[in-house]
Amino acid sequence: MANLVDLTISSLRQLLDQREVSAVEVTRAYLERIEKVDSKIKAYLTVTGDQAMEAARAADEHMASGETAPLTGIPLGIKDVICTKGVPTTCASRMLEGFIPPYNATLMERLNGQHAVILGKLNMDEFAMGSSTENSAFFPTHNPWDLKRIPGGSSGGSAASVAARTCAGSFGSDTGGSIRQPASHCGVVGIKPTYGRVSRFGLIAFASSLDQIGPIARDVTDCAILLEAASGYDPKDSTSVNKQVPSYIGSLKEGLKGLRIGVPEEYFIPGMDPEVEEAIRNGVSTLKEQGAEIIDINLPHTEFAVATYYIIAPAEASSNLSRYDGVKYGFRAEGYRDLLEMYTRTRSAGFGPEVKRRIMVGTYCLSAGYYDAYYKKASKVRTLITRDFQDAFARCDCIAAPVAPTPAFELGEKKDDPLQMYLSDIFTIPVNLAGIPSISVPCGISKEGLPIGMQLMAGHFQEETIFKVAYNLELTLGKIGDWPEI
Amino acid sequence: MAKIQKSEVEHVAKLARLTFSQAEIDSLTDQLNDILTYIGKLEELDSTGVEPTTHALKLTNCFRGDEVGESLPVDEALSNAPQREGGAFVVPRII
Repeated sequence: MANLVDLTISSLRQLLDQREVSAVEVTRAYLERIEKVDSKIKAYLTVTGDQAMEAARAADEHMASGETAPLTGIPLGIKDVICTKGVPTTCASRMLEGFIPPYNATLMERLNGQHAVILGKLNMDEFAMGSSTENSAFFPTHNPWDLKRIPGGSSGGSAASVAARTCAGSFGSDTGGSIRQPASHCGVVGIKPTYGRVSRFGLIAFASSLDQIGPIARDVTDCAILLEAASGYDPKDSTSVNKQVPSYIGSLKEGLKGLRIGVPEEYFIPGMDPEVEEAIRNGVSTLKEQGAEIIDINLPHTEFAVATYYIIAPAEASSNLSRYDGVKYGFRAEGYRDLLEMYTRTRSAGFGPEVKRRIMVGTYCLSAGYYDAYYKKASKVRTLITRDFQDAFARCDCIAAPVAPTPAFELGEKKDDPLQMYLSDIFTIPVNLAGIPSISVPCGISKEGLPIGMQLMAGHFQEETIFKVAYNLELTLGKIGDWPEI
Repeated sequence: MAKIQKSEVEHVAKLARLTFSQAEIDSLTDQLNDILTYIGKLEELDSTGVEPTTHALKLTNCFRGDEVGESLPVDEALSNAPQREGGAFVVPRII
């Protein structure tokens, strides 16, 4: 039998269902793998070994009594921005060091309901602000394909652990590309679902009008299985949408005949890595050979998306993060003389530099005299960006584009230049502003052996279309390479 | 768009309940100017008459019945408090 940790969720499911392996054996294999390689990858902030073994034993009992759900006994990792009852949830911030949520995020309730096994909590940029996981207050995560490089971010731990085979699948969150960009850099599949598809209850808020939880997996099928498990209406999240969840797995094997795929001119810019462009063009040709009709489209306001995002996201963040005041939970500084000083000392010592920078930008943009020039203006441009997509989806069913302008860059390369770091999200941000779903699926590998992902976007709640196209691409291109040894 | 001055950065820090050293204020002023110059790019666009989007989906208000349900026990709600006393959070004296 192949090494258990190299198997996809769908293969594990078969083995578990046929009683060829137990959830306890699979979980033990993953915990041993974490023990062996995570010191090099640093994807985990917390490993919950004992709870995982206990959950695996419970999963085996449930399977023995015939109660099997798609994720029963499957070991998963969770980004540390999602509240897990009784398990530390830090957002990779000193501010929440030692915080133990007294409740579960709805995602966790859904996963527990299927008797999935949770291996631990995964590293990220502090409060999900960043594109490299270097903003973690604890340590950076390394890219399994090249340990000198960043795994992407902010869900860097979630993508790296899937590629390093230290979990079978994971969940992350995506506010401006935080699932897709690390998935692209780590050669795995990650989807940001439609805004409202997955409950945000228990997801620690960054920018509430943009945040969305989504899965990262080894292949498209696994990604579809995970999203199906996570999706659905939740009365605890007033922005979750009461709309039936279709069978994403059922839609994978439909062909591409008659499907129109748009390629936006604005996503192929000067300065982008030629290898990225080549991989994407090659992927598009593959889709054409599979029967899709390829059309040129325009998304004319693309160049304004990063500027729009870096007003709206920090504005929302500055408001959301005002809750960290040292009163109710988390860190409280010492040596204060009054309440105001307690607030400022706590916040100044508890937040890292990038979080403070964004709070400053957001506070400035919302402050008296600047609100109209910045926030209101950005909200209007957001409408224009959304209209671009509406116009495009009148002509095509799906949009194919790069995820990031370059493959994974080196640790430290952009750390001291916030604006350069922001620009690495140039192709992923528009999707969040419009609230549409988008996947990153591997479509090539650079000469240096670094994965390159293709982004596939569709209209609101059209995840089935995305999965169908991604599945066809994956099937036709084959694997981009063997999983890195580490 | 006008450049942000050090004094404004200090004012915004006060609003955000953050304190910085003078060296931090200096580098933050430069970084904020870079970021604000970049986002000033939006001025190029004429957005007259465009409705602002505050939410990606057109959702209407979400109401529920005003019924008593389960809630977090006081002890659990206070379990992460930096300082507590009985059923309350402790904060420095205000008045």
